[in-house]
Amino acid sequence: MAVLRVENIEKSFGSTRVLKDISFDLEEGQALAIIGSSGSGKTTLLRCLNFLERPDTGRIFVKDELIFDAADPATQLEKDVRRKRLHFGLVFQNFNLFPQYTALQNVMLAKSLLAREDENYKANKKAVEKEIEEKAMALLDKMNLADRAGYYPHQLSGGQQQRVAIARALALEPDILCFDEPTSALDPELTGEVLKVIRELAEEHMTMIIVTHEMAFARDVADNIIFMNKGVIAEQGPAKEIIDNPQTERLKAFLSV
Amino acid sequence: MTTFSEQFPIVFQALNVGFLQTLKLFFVTLIGALPLGLIISFGSMTKFKPVQWLTRFVVWVVRGTPLMIQLLIIYYFPGLVLHNPVWGGGEDGRFFAACVAFVFNYACYFSEIYRGGIQSIPKGQDEAGLVLGMTRGQIFFRVKLLQMIKRIVPPISNEVITLVKDTSLARIIALQEIIWAGQAFLKGSQGISGAIWPLFFTAVYYLAFTGVLTVLLGKLEKRLEFFR
Repeated sequence: MAVLRVENIEKSFGSTRVLKDISFDLEEGQALAIIGSSGSGKTTLLRCLNFLERPDTGRIFVKDELIFDAADPATQLEKDVRRKRLHFGLVFQNFNLFPQYTALQNVMLAKSLLAREDENYKANKKAVEKEIEEKAMALLDKMNLADRAGYYPHQLSGGQQQRVAIARALALEPDILCFDEPTSALDPELTGEVLKVIRELAEEHMTMIIVTHEMAFARDVADNIIFMNKGVIAEQGPAKEIIDNPQTERLKAFLSV
Repeated sequence: MTTFSEQFPIVFQALNVGFLQTLKLFFVTLIGALPLGLIISFGSMTKFKPVQWLTRFVVWVVRGTPLMIQLLIIYYFPGLVLHNPVWGGGEDGRFFAACVAFVFNYACYFSEIYRGGIQSIPKGQDEAGLVLGMTRGQIFFRVKLLQMIKRIVPPISNEVITLVKDTSLARIIALQEIIWAGQAFLKGSQGISGAIWPLFFTAVYYLAFTGVLTVLLGKLEKRLEFFR
């Protein structure tokens, strides 16, 4: 079963068409890499999935549930968007950690705010908070950051910050975790430690969409690759085939630089 | 003519009473204007254009005219023009009118500082909150507010120091604050007349108080240094 189905997504900003007729499926437990030059629409596509942008046309299904239909305003109600967003996690290029919270608090915040909406929260407050904290610590540990739990973002390196951001996204247990050029703001040394944890997530069959410029990484870690060019999917297929045996001139040119 | 040492206790007593009124006006203005400024800043940032235009127009008028004129209008307009002297004639009435003028005036200045503070927070903070399923309210109060406070403490401190001295403008509607108290000895009061030094001496009060505030606001700034 496809955990995510994207059908005929289009998006324009003013008169600029950024996404044209984007359709793809993503199977549960698979990693999809999206590659392409800057301005090809990769980031906009991720933002559409996370409801940060609203597509002009098209439909999005998660686990066979229609979560967005541009033609049906009933699927776009503001009150439902919050819940629907939780199907997805998003890791940003610039981390966007909350600077006034420690690494641990960054990971816990959203989860504990959500827990407060539960009617039984008040009665079990202590136990619930304790569980959230334990899970957050386990996630930081998984990111090799257990010893940095009490640090504020400005006390962490870029690579550490990005790993906190990954833990923060994982804390909400999304069905699909999206990465928007997660290493583009990092130097090569720090890039490695972030790619390593993403690779580990792929090995655990976390369903992921990774927008990246790291071709070797995409080839190794992703199951499938989508190559985007000028807002359209120019080529898609199994990762190794796409990288080793590009069909279109555009992709050949892109990979040769 | 009395000597300085004979005058001093009398003047000191009178200036203290005046300074108390200065302090009252100062604190009421802060307590009123800090939250009101936030509400005004929301008005000037709302996407609902008529409210935004109206708010920005009012802020322009308030910031664009002297506080002294605003004091005169607020105090005298109801009685002289509308024939409805809502403030009454006593010191309490003058104090209340002064509070209204000061709170509104400072709220408008604060609103612009808040607006700058809110708009300087990167969009990524909103987006990170949104993708984590947080509501707009949670994002504002849990994520952006403290970052905003950190950014606005220096400019707000500046306004607070200015406010200490601006309270003397209430002299124009005869509020019995410290300048009024000092000036009384020039005209003649409690057997002292023609003495200018009490008026000069009021500066010591302002300087001491702004000194205390500078230290306190500096501490607040330091306390917010734990994050960047």
